[in-house]
Amino acid sequence: MTSAPRGSTEEQGRSEFGVALFLGAVGLLVIVSALLLPESAIARGPVGPAAVPVAVGSLLVVVSVFLAIDVWRGGRGEPEGGEDIELGGGTDWRTIAMVAAAFLANAFLIEPLGWPISGAILFWGVAFALGSRHYIRDAIIAVVLGVGTWYLFVLGLGISLPVGILKGIL
Amino acid sequence: MDAFSSLIEGFATALTPTNLMFAFIGVLLGTAIGVLPGIGPAMTVALLLPLTRGLDVTTALIMFAGIYYGGMYGGSTTSILLNTPGESASVVTAIEGNKMARAGRAAQALATAAIGSFVAGTIATLGLALLAPTVAKWAVQISPADKFSIMVLAFIAVTSVLGSSRVRGLASLGLGLTIGLIGIDATTGQQRLTFGIPGLADGIGVVVVAVGLFAVGESLWTAAHLRRRPIEVIPVGNPRMNRQDWSRSWKPWLRGTVIGFPFGAIPAGGAEIPTFLSYVTEKKLSKHPEEFGKGAIEGVAGPEATNNASAAGGLVPLLTLGIPTTATAAVMLAAISSYGIQPGPRLFATEPELVWGLIASLFIGNTVLLVLNLPMAPLWARLLRIPRTYLYAGILFFASLGAYASNASTFDLFLLLAIGALGFMMRRFGLPLLPAIIGVILGPFAEEELRRALQISNGDVSGLIEPFSIVVYGIVALVLLWPIARKLLPRKAVPEVLAETAHEIEESHHQHGLTTAVSVERRPEDEIRRKFDRSQDSDSGG
Repeated sequence: MTSAPRGSTEEQGRSEFGVALFLGAVGLLVIVSALLLPESAIARGPVGPAAVPVAVGSLLVVVSVFLAIDVWRGGRGEPEGGEDIELGGGTDWRTIAMVAAAFLANAFLIEPLGWPISGAILFWGVAFALGSRHYIRDAIIAVVLGVGTWYLFVLGLGISLPVGILKGIL
Repeated sequence: MDAFSSLIEGFATALTPTNLMFAFIGVLLGTAIGVLPGIGPAMTVALLLPLTRGLDVTTALIMFAGIYYGGMYGGSTTSILLNTPGESASVVTAIEGNKMARAGRAAQALATAAIGSFVAGTIATLGLALLAPTVAKWAVQISPADKFSIMVLAFIAVTSVLGSSRVRGLASLGLGLTIGLIGIDATTGQQRLTFGIPGLADGIGVVVVAVGLFAVGESLWTAAHLRRRPIEVIPVGNPRMNRQDWSRSWKPWLRGTVIGFPFGAIPAGGAEIPTFLSYVTEKKLSKHPEEFGKGAIEGVAGPEATNNASAAGGLVPLLTLGIPTTATAAVMLAAISSYGIQPGPRLFATEPELVWGLIASLFIGNTVLLVLNLPMAPLWARLLRIPRTYLYAGILFFASLGAYASNASTFDLFLLLAIGALGFMMRRFGLPLLPAIIGVILGPFAEEELRRALQISNGDVSGLIEPFSIVVYGIVALVLLWPIARKLLPRKAVPEVLAETAHEIEESHHQHGLTTAVSVERRPEDEIRRKFDRSQDSDSGG
């Protein structure tokens, strides 16, 4: 049982160095942005708003160095398993891209089209991306979910959701 | 007797028809969502958080109590019938429970889990009711410096209990703390890490963070590695137990309660170690040790009771100190503070109705759970057959709905995807999720205590050092330096039962096909400790 889902160990090692780099970059960003905070006129107490960010940023930078050393000495992160998960193949970027596209479609369309439609697009799109090919059945479930949750939230819970182009119909 | 009279008043609050109804709905929804594969209790609570937005705070918390217990029981059902533990605490349940189910004893496994959870949950909630006011009274007196030190302990404990990959735990903690920093600094009103984006000024909502890391991260991660084979679910009838099952179960239930509650109640607990401890104890004490590994009922009864007792115990630090020790408790903390109420020592004095109503509703939730789950088990089992395409489409659908509904902001949906991508990366590279979520939620509270402490001492760092906090920092140092301290100890110094627990944990992870990672030093004991750490991480629901 090895942890490299694809390619060689070196290949995984390279991407693990990427994680260390990412942590270090985030840490530096946190430190720099804290140091750039303007002096506050209303600051109370001896500890300003910059102290904790500098500490957190430093933690990240130190951790990134230790992680890089760990990876360099052969340490590898362990990908998470699960019943629906089959490690060992590569990462299926095509499916991820389709899922993300469905997700973004909802984010862009929720206000112009309304949640019942944009949510239905999200559900149908993700089901399609994951390999469902029952187009009609998926569409019916998606629309029922979209309209149903809209009524549940707006009428049942008193939380407003965008109605979009269905205004006057729902 | 003070606690008892308060508790009775609590029941008066919780037993109004409306509150009772919401406790019922909470258990029902919590179980229904929690039983879905891949959804652990923390994700259940996070996904259902927006539903309570229209309710008043007491009712909302009562509903949460139901969701909390419902989500946990749902996870156990999944473990037994599908062998897919939704959270680290039910990993043990899966070992014997799934074997029992395969041997045609699914009904008995579910019954002993449900009744054991009820027994342990009831006793442990009673423990909570008796212990919490005392702890709160003591906690009122502790200074900000002391409180800060306990929070540091909580951070370090979730990061590195018995783990050799503490570097990855700390990395995760750092990322969480960074997310927690985003937004307007409460003391000075200055914007930190917002980069001039107005949507970030109020910080990132906890629903967005929790749902993003758990639900969206999980969906993306599954999308990348989806197992495209039908899943085998064991059919089940109504849960029932015969006389022998009862006589073999009741002692493990009680022992599990005794093991679980204290582990939950210390602010560095977690549920995985006590459940494994219970498993090993039962294996040692059983009259049928040969059945272990083939579906021994004690191996389900003990750990399930332990799990529930430690969940109730976990509410002690949550309610009295405002310190969560599991991802689920962290989300609960966020839910409570979103009503402008800060859990902590003063909560018992300022909001007695709320606290005791919550505790009373834990009893009610527990009872509802039993009443509901025994007859409804076949229905829950059917939920497990939901096609994976619809399951993950549904998770993303409800994740987006919840994130949008809590703020009516499209920007939150983009943030949700970004945090989901972070969750994906963390799963890919073995960064545990628990430290991140604790960092996000507890980080701002810790900063507040730190600054208050330094304000009292007028900026003198020695103001952080007080007799109590010295002890706590001592424990922190011990946890951090454990690998070194361990080498100085003779090998035999580790009690046999603990060594065996570690061994069982390792075994179970092998059974679940978790891959083996390579650590800095590849020594066997490092491996074992890494396994501990590994499973510590997600209470999150994997």
